[in-house]
Amino acid sequence: MLNTAKRKEMLRTMIKVRAFEEKLNDLFQKKAMFGNPHSYRGQEAIAVGVCSALEKEDLIASYHRGTGHIVAKGADLYRLMCECLGRLDGYSKGRGGKMHMGDLSFGFLGNTGTVGATVPFATGAALAAKIRGSREVAVGFMGDGAMNQGVVHEAMNFAGLWKLPVVYVIENNLYAMTVSMERSVAIKQLAERAAAYGFEGKAIDGNDAELVFDETQRAAEKARKGGGATLLECMTYRWDGHFGGDPGVGYRTREEVEEWKKRCPIMRLKKKLIAAGELTEAEYEKISAAVYQELEEVAVKAQAAALPPAEAEMDGVYAREVAHG
Amino acid sequence: MAKPMEASVATAGFKEMRVQEALRDALRHEMARDKRVFVMGEDVAMFGGAYGVTRGLLQEFGEQRVRDTPISEAAIVGLAIGAAINGMRPIVEIQFCDLLPLCMDQIVTHAARYYYQTGGKIPVPIVVRSKFGTRAGGGPSHSSCNHGAFIPFPGLKIIAPTTPADAKGLLLSAIRDPNPVLCFESHHLYGVKGPVPDGDYTVPIGVAAVRRAGKDLTIVTCGGMILKVEEAAERLKEKKIDVEIIDLRSLAPLDKETILKSVAKTRRAMVVDEGPIVGGLVAELAAMIQENLFSDLKGPVVRVGAHHLPPPHSGPLVDAMVPGVEKIVGEALRLVAR
Repeated sequence: MLNTAKRKEMLRTMIKVRAFEEKLNDLFQKKAMFGNPHSYRGQEAIAVGVCSALEKEDLIASYHRGTGHIVAKGADLYRLMCECLGRLDGYSKGRGGKMHMGDLSFGFLGNTGTVGATVPFATGAALAAKIRGSREVAVGFMGDGAMNQGVVHEAMNFAGLWKLPVVYVIENNLYAMTVSMERSVAIKQLAERAAAYGFEGKAIDGNDAELVFDETQRAAEKARKGGGATLLECMTYRWDGHFGGDPGVGYRTREEVEEWKKRCPIMRLKKKLIAAGELTEAEYEKISAAVYQELEEVAVKAQAAALPPAEAEMDGVYAREVAHG
Repeated sequence: MAKPMEASVATAGFKEMRVQEALRDALRHEMARDKRVFVMGEDVAMFGGAYGVTRGLLQEFGEQRVRDTPISEAAIVGLAIGAAINGMRPIVEIQFCDLLPLCMDQIVTHAARYYYQTGGKIPVPIVVRSKFGTRAGGGPSHSSCNHGAFIPFPGLKIIAPTTPADAKGLLLSAIRDPNPVLCFESHHLYGVKGPVPDGDYTVPIGVAAVRRAGKDLTIVTCGGMILKVEEAAERLKEKKIDVEIIDLRSLAPLDKETILKSVAKTRRAMVVDEGPIVGGLVAELAAMIQENLFSDLKGPVVRVGAHHLPPPHSGPLVDAMVPGVEKIVGEALRLVAR
């Protein structure tokens, strides 16, 4: 079992992930951001459970709903917020937005807005580790919708074939944008598909941060020891719409949304910690208030940050330095 | 930034070899020098590649670095991207350029944009080698010339070597380039022989070659069409027409300077390509030339390209689709007579 400090740290990171989403939505509502948020609220246990179980050199690839993973892997909140707001101080200097980032300083291979497209990136990063004989494990996050993209299956076949050190994490929130799982696939659990590629697939409760942690740690250790890939299908639910302009109902009932909100991953860990005598209500309030206060400050600072100059910077398209080995 | 105009040579001598062997020479040279370089693709290891380019690499460098893959073009490129992000320098072979659309998303939307979209933090140094060239027997899915379709995508470099020396020099530059590079290898040129410098020989990407100097007419071309253009130039010489031939070698970035310098001198331009006349390389070149040199030109820029058809199977249909020497000569005579 995880020690108190680690559990508290995970709880704090989950609050941070949620606070970021809420602040971003707030800025979206005020028309202060370019584009749309893709809220991660409700899925926090997965990003935090997975990233907390990884080692520093391990790598993650993410997708459009990526802010949760980016925060959990250790991004600087100000620079992430700046990227969402199209500021020059953003991780991608405002060129990519939150859907198009990447920074190896915190083990982030990157994300893009094409569903499933980064799953081969994680697989290829794992291939690099295998060829070099280095220790890192790569994690490929994806939504349930990505499991119907061809390139995802192609990549998984490579991982099975070459026993690559990769962990695939499906965040099954039951809807691919607005289309429910039963309207997209004929099977009950996507994890079943791992068998087709010769590695273990497992469906787990994705709202249980500690369980996600344990399963990720196990899968990562197996990968590190040459045991190959694992597919973890983490069952969860997205509290909000697919993007800022989607109310999240119509294709889902209000009752269903409310039902899942009762299974809040943050409350769940909080209650566990309180029951175990490791946390008090007052302490929780203090942690939460501090995180929300931090986000408040980050948002103010990011909104005041400079926009990129209105010039077409062709210089930024090609990498210039010729790297010699 | 000053661009290197001269090929760099640190070499003892030359060896006569085919384009196919020169490409292999570049791969071997760099794999021996740089442990980050590895090769993967369909049939590249045990079989040595569909065109023999990777023959012997498996025996020399082992199965970690020379990998046969399942038939999964999109993931082959996608894995290459991931490996490149994580510090490797992958080279992949996509057997026909007809198959590039299968991995187009990975190449143009991800590999090519990654450096830009990460704010200049993550370069993606991959090389995608593929064969192009329309020929009898290939048909609609094994015989395309879609090289021009990749030109509009920012962040991608595109090379199309024609001589054995350039095949080695350009491929070596491509492997060392921090950007994704598409290498179009012509079906018509794999067997062409020529001298290739030994050792570390690179040809800069983005620099065209003047293959033949002339004063009456500039013909700009690339890839396998160079053979027809050279033959046409010989025939035109008999008619006292002096042709300057520019072999693009790189399609992105385009060497506008060399093209415009030549056309400013000859004041007549023809662009010849094996790809379609509509919307591709010839369209871009013609527009670029007339935009810059309109008042100097003695006649319109002439476009000679393939008819806007799917590549057909049967010989006579292919001959009708792809411009031949006669067509090039005829168009040149018409232009010079204006």
